[in-house]
Amino acid sequence: MRKYLIGSIFLIIIYSCQSSQEIEYAKYMSNGKDIYIANCQNCHGEKGEGLGELAPPLTDTTFLKTNKNDLACIIKNGVNKEMIINGKKYDGKMPGFNFADIDIAQLMVYITNSFGNKQGMYTYAQVAKDLNSCKP
Amino acid sequence: MSTLKYFAIIIVFISFAGCNNDKKLPIYGQREAKITKDGIDTVYQTIPAFAFLNQDSVMITQNVFKDKIYIADFFFTSCSTICPVMHRNLKTVFDEYKENPDVMFLSHTIDFKYDKPSVLKKYAQKLGVDGKKWQFVWGSKEAIYTIAEKSYLTVVEEDSTARDGYIHQGWLVLIDKEKKMRGAYDGTKTEQVEQLKKDVAILLKEYKK
Ligand code: HEC
Repeated sequence: MRKYLIGSIFLIIIYSCQSSQEIEYAKYMSNGKDIYIANCQNCHGEKGEGLGELAPPLTDTTFLKTNKNDLACIIKNGVNKEMIINGKKYDGKMPGFNFADIDIAQLMVYITNSFGNKQGMYTYAQVAKDLNSCKP
Repeated sequence: MSTLKYFAIIIVFISFAGCNNDKKLPIYGQREAKITKDGIDTVYQTIPAFAFLNQDSVMITQNVFKDKIYIADFFFTSCSTICPVMHRNLKTVFDEYKENPDVMFLSHTIDFKYDKPSVLKKYAQKLGVDGKKWQFVWGSKEAIYTIAEKSYLTVVEEDSTARDGYIHQGWLVLIDKEKKMRGAYDGTKTEQVEQLKKDVAILLKEYKK
């Protein structure tokens, strides 16, 4: 009987931890989506499809995975260099967005878990870390 | 009795169809009354003659749009706010009327400093619409800003405090074969762009007689 009790308390703790994480994730996703619609969708499209060769799509899951630590810098400072996305060359200019770390975190959770991407959570502590090592 | 019913239905049908055929777009801009020998005529505002350099560095005039209806707008290539949406949406209109030689497109840059023909050319290619059907043009500040405000009724301005250095409206302006303005649609709103597609069809019908 005691064994069961301890077991179920244990379960409850795990369960509630998990769901608070899930709630956090859902919050990031929905705030991130709002920020995306207001600032990024004009160029990158409702479905992350991009705009001709003017703006690359966000559907290149390999690119977003291998460059994950650069994404915060790309969003904050903008970017203007040649890149290969889905096998196509892009060399347009993306403006920088002077967002707070928490906004960047939410935005990144949204784009790295939409349009075919599935990378999970990304915290704002990580944003601060990534921003410290932006390449010039 | 039942034949009468059929008759009634048919008549209702005919009158509906009649309404549809008669549907015409309004005419925008200033108008004045002019006295002619047949009585009083209304003279509508039209787009005045112009000469601008296009993406191939060719000086183009209204001759290019002779016997065409066209959709005009104002943008610039480094605009990072409304222009990408306007052109994403306008491209869907372009795609819908791709095969119709009577429909053309005219985008004027308001960035007279940077958007020279070679820059416009690259932009058109990247948008995927480089060709005769969609003209991208450059002109002097004076010429472009005047035609924008006086003729296409679109506000454009240099403004160093704006995000990209300019403020402007995202109108897509529909011009008929007589150079009269027949509609203006907010190019950032998909519903209005859908309306534009329908209105292009209605306008084309006016010329099918
Ligand atoms: C004015 C258009 C524009 C806007 C607005 C814009 N981008 Fe970009 N974005 C670009 C262009 C152009 C590139 C490619 C830049 C290059 O080649 O140097 C790019 C590249 C990217 C990349 C890396 C390449 C890829 O496709 O995966 C990411 C990620 C990205 N943008 C995310 C965003 C996010 C998030 C926002 C909103 C905060 C945003 N962008 C807003 C135009 C834009």
